[in-house]
Amino acid sequence: MRDFNELKKQFETQLELSDTSEKLGEFWQAFLGKNGAISGLMKEMKDLSKEEKKEFGRIANEVRTWAQEKYAKRQEAIQRFELELRYKKEAVDVTVPSKDVQVGNLHPITLIRREMINVFAGMGFEVLRTPEIEDEDHNFTLLNVLKDHPARDMQDTFWVSDDYVLRTHTTGGDIHVMKNKKPPIKALNPGRTFRSDSDATHSPMFSQMDILVVDKGINLCDLQGMLDEFVKQIFNKDVKTRLRPSYFPFTEPSVEVDVSCVNCGGKGCSLCKNTGWIEILGGGILNKVVLENCGIDPDEYSALAAGIGVERIAMLKYGIKNMGQLFENDIDFLKQFRA
Amino acid sequence: MKVLLSWLKEYVDIDVTVPELEEKFFGAGFEVEETKYLGEGISNVVVGQVTAMEHYEGTHLEICTMDLGEHGKDVIILTGADNVFVGAKVPAAMVGAVLPGGFKIKERKMLEKMSYGMLCAGEELGIAGWYPGDEVNGILILPDDAPVGANIVDVLGLDDYIFDISITANRPDCQCILGLAREVAAFLGKPLKHPDLSYTMTEVKNDDIKVYDEAYDLCPRFLGHYIYDVKHFESPLWMKQRLASCDMKAIDAVVDITNYVLLEIGQPMHAYDLATLNGSTVYPRRARDKEMITTLDGKERELTSENLVICDAKEPIGLAGIMGGLDSEITEKTTEIVLEAAKFVRDNVRRSCRSLGVHTDAAGRFEKGVDEYSVETGMKRCLNLVETLGVAKISSTAFDCSGGASTEERKISVSADRVNKVLGITVPTADMECILKALGFGVEVSGDNMEITVPRYREDVSHYQDIAEEIIREYGYDHITPRFIESAKVTNGGLSPAQQRENAVRDLLCDRGLFEISTMAMYSPADLDALFIPQDAPERNYISILNPITENLSIVRPMLVPSMLNIIINNIKAEHAGGRFFELAPVYIPKGLPVSEYPDEPDHLCIGLYGPDEDFYSLKAVVDSIADAYGLDFSYERAEVSYLHPGRSAALICNGHRIGTLGQLRYEIVDSFAIAEGKKADAKVFLAELDYTLLARQFAPAIRFTPLSDKESRVRDISLLVDTDTQVGDMIASVKKISKLAKEVNLADIYCHEKLGAGKKSVTLSIRFATADHSVTDEEADGARDKVVKKLSEEYGAVARV
Repeated sequence: MRDFNELKKQFETQLELSDTSEKLGEFWQAFLGKNGAISGLMKEMKDLSKEEKKEFGRIANEVRTWAQEKYAKRQEAIQRFELELRYKKEAVDVTVPSKDVQVGNLHPITLIRREMINVFAGMGFEVLRTPEIEDEDHNFTLLNVLKDHPARDMQDTFWVSDDYVLRTHTTGGDIHVMKNKKPPIKALNPGRTFRSDSDATHSPMFSQMDILVVDKGINLCDLQGMLDEFVKQIFNKDVKTRLRPSYFPFTEPSVEVDVSCVNCGGKGCSLCKNTGWIEILGGGILNKVVLENCGIDPDEYSALAAGIGVERIAMLKYGIKNMGQLFENDIDFLKQFRA
Repeated sequence: MKVLLSWLKEYVDIDVTVPELEEKFFGAGFEVEETKYLGEGISNVVVGQVTAMEHYEGTHLEICTMDLGEHGKDVIILTGADNVFVGAKVPAAMVGAVLPGGFKIKERKMLEKMSYGMLCAGEELGIAGWYPGDEVNGILILPDDAPVGANIVDVLGLDDYIFDISITANRPDCQCILGLAREVAAFLGKPLKHPDLSYTMTEVKNDDIKVYDEAYDLCPRFLGHYIYDVKHFESPLWMKQRLASCDMKAIDAVVDITNYVLLEIGQPMHAYDLATLNGSTVYPRRARDKEMITTLDGKERELTSENLVICDAKEPIGLAGIMGGLDSEITEKTTEIVLEAAKFVRDNVRRSCRSLGVHTDAAGRFEKGVDEYSVETGMKRCLNLVETLGVAKISSTAFDCSGGASTEERKISVSADRVNKVLGITVPTADMECILKALGFGVEVSGDNMEITVPRYREDVSHYQDIAEEIIREYGYDHITPRFIESAKVTNGGLSPAQQRENAVRDLLCDRGLFEISTMAMYSPADLDALFIPQDAPERNYISILNPITENLSIVRPMLVPSMLNIIINNIKAEHAGGRFFELAPVYIPKGLPVSEYPDEPDHLCIGLYGPDEDFYSLKAVVDSIADAYGLDFSYERAEVSYLHPGRSAALICNGHRIGTLGQLRYEIVDSFAIAEGKKADAKVFLAELDYTLLARQFAPAIRFTPLSDKESRVRDISLLVDTDTQVGDMIASVKKISKLAKEVNLADIYCHEKLGAGKKSVTLSIRFATADHSVTDEEADGARDKVVKKLSEEYGAVARV
């Protein structure tokens, strides 16, 4: 009878020596392949008696099963080992800066404008676009800023012809809105505005956003309530507003709106010049003359209007000191506005 | 406006502290921009009298023996000034004194002698330029009646404040002491003390004098009063001091009085020397066209009938409300005067000032608006001061020319409810009445209705909203109780689909690595020249600003590229190795010039890239990302653009519309910017400018789903050898024309190598053959491919490569 133990011993020795997938492949050919030592056992059966055949076959089968299990285990171990080796070899320096990945971002004015629009859109305002080159009627006259009225001096105007100006505020856009829509109106009117003024806090071009609400029974309490909500969302929930008297020809009463200083919370600091308050916008109840000019009956409707300087809010919120930087667009400056 | 606290106190009792007063002003709508304490930083400076003087031999110093009253006798103080004399009373800073700016006085040795203090010049007390006598180069000499030993702050009237208050344009009545005193009285709840307007006229008359008005539309009120026996002397110290506090120089009592009345009552006054008035006549009329006048400043000016002049019997002697003439000015020789108080229509004064290019204090006052009340009050106050100071005798020859405007006070009827509806709170009617009365309004309440009499100086008040403002600014804005838009609560808001898409396009570009920029909408025509924009190009049809602040910002931009280029150049100069930017903003296209209707304001999208990693295709990839993101079909064709590289410039076409151009900036333009050598090497700049408004119209209005095909498609690659200048875009377009089955054609590869032969390149296209009605078989696909190869070979002289 064949010495199966010798074969098994040989198998185990050889299996032990096969320590790579490649060697293991050769090993498989040698033992378990078509002509391998174990697969070939069956050929040895032909000269045996019937009884012996039966016995030989049983043992040969046992050996084959035994060998296949051994082989499978060995194979699994080698594969695991080789995979680990590959992982080790393929390790990368995760701290190497990535290539070709650069994402840009929006300009701070766009960011703030979007934020402001979001707040008001949530309150049910629609966003309208009105002309930047505006006629004198819409920029001044229909807003009760009559010809040769000293109020025209309040805004240094760029003229492009006898009757057309680069709009000095977005409030003229409110006239377009009121002429074209029926109350109730809640409209935001954002855009570029122009004044011949240039220093650290003034730029000849800047952005404004006019807020207009027209309906029955609109009053000063609505104005402050709306603005309270706005400043809480734009700055933080502890910011308060304060109204104080001012003058615009198109509103009566007219107010300046201050917010409690976003830097010191109202205790007094250099930003608020120790007053605890920062001026952020002007507004009021639209003068009835303006409503009449737009064909709206002031006995039935009233309206509030306010104009916010977008750059001013951006400067306050981001802590930008010089307005000119907003228009220099240095890449190191632009990169900082990611949110 | 400058306001001296002590002057204000003359008309109203002020029993609150200065900070409280500022707060009250602020609450009433008058912002105090600056407060200055006149005695700021001065301590231990007293009146001293020089009792003896000795010259310090060999020096420029005088050794003064000083009597400082209770602070010491025979105090030795050395001074270098040469205007001090024995008996002079001067400010003496004692040892331990502090002067403005924190300068401390100590006893000190000057050469060999000790000095126990310092005698002060006006400047050292911080009063340079406004205190009488402070202009003298030397020690300030005090009046003889100054009490020795007294605190200099009291003696010089420095225990006082000057407020600089900003007055809004609707309150011309508050551009004077009296007007502000009225406001203070209202908010402090004190009575207003009215100025003394009394005077006595003599029996003397001068019937030669003629005063009348020939232009009531431009001068609705014109008062004249004859005074005679005019004496010339310096104004009293208190008047000089008050004028000085408002930056007005004292000249001569009679002239000072007219300036004083301007500051106190808000009424510009004019004094004419009767001797210079031809025909003893003075009256306003419209100037005649091309009439000439020589004004006080010595300039000869040509007038039109839009200008108002004051004339004598012969000729114009002044520009009404703006500037007097050269000849009628008051001099030391003047003995008889016609005083004028007038109301000139502010619009006309403004227009004349602008058209003649002059500006004066008086004109500024008239432009803000003078009311008829102050015309009368001003004249009376002026005469009162003339009498009180003994400047002249007041004749009973007086004239009052009125255009017939009512001197009655206006009445308006307002319901308390209407006022409360504007405010949104309920102010008790009794409080309204109280507030209005304190402000000088007359009020008669009957039920809810208020019959209100508007004071004549409040020309700004005309309807219920004005009354509401008066009430709330006195009642206090802190009474407003915020509420959240009770009405108009429910409206449809939010961004339109187009606005949302615009946001998405910006976000997409950011994701592609671009930074959004924001630039001025103005630049210079030179910026267009720099880009070689031809004179007949549509961009040259730009809108100019008639009154630019600088030539650099003198036109409103017709295109964005110049703005973008400026930003790129600045970033290159700032040594940033590369950058990708975009701006989405309107350009301004006039329908005609000069502008007489609304110009078009289409949005443009400008893209700018520079740096070693950028090339034409990286720019094109950014542009194509928009097409890809929104399912648009962009095609490109070669285009000539004045500022772009002729071999690397293209027009973008979408749905048959030319949307814009893109390409590489010409080298000579890059060179024209002063970029330091070394930074310039990689300064290849790639620019695109697209008409975003036109592009936005190409976006699909809505998404429609196409069912997925269950028919199979086949992909075949073809490689063709063509001339290098063959355009791949053309080949792709041809493939689609040749075979209806070619659903998708992609560029797989372009290969150039010398072994292909000179001027040749190999182009590999990957074609997907598909159709909706059946699956494409291998045979069909091969057939279609062969047809494509054959036709392309004919069309482009191509050779198929295997």
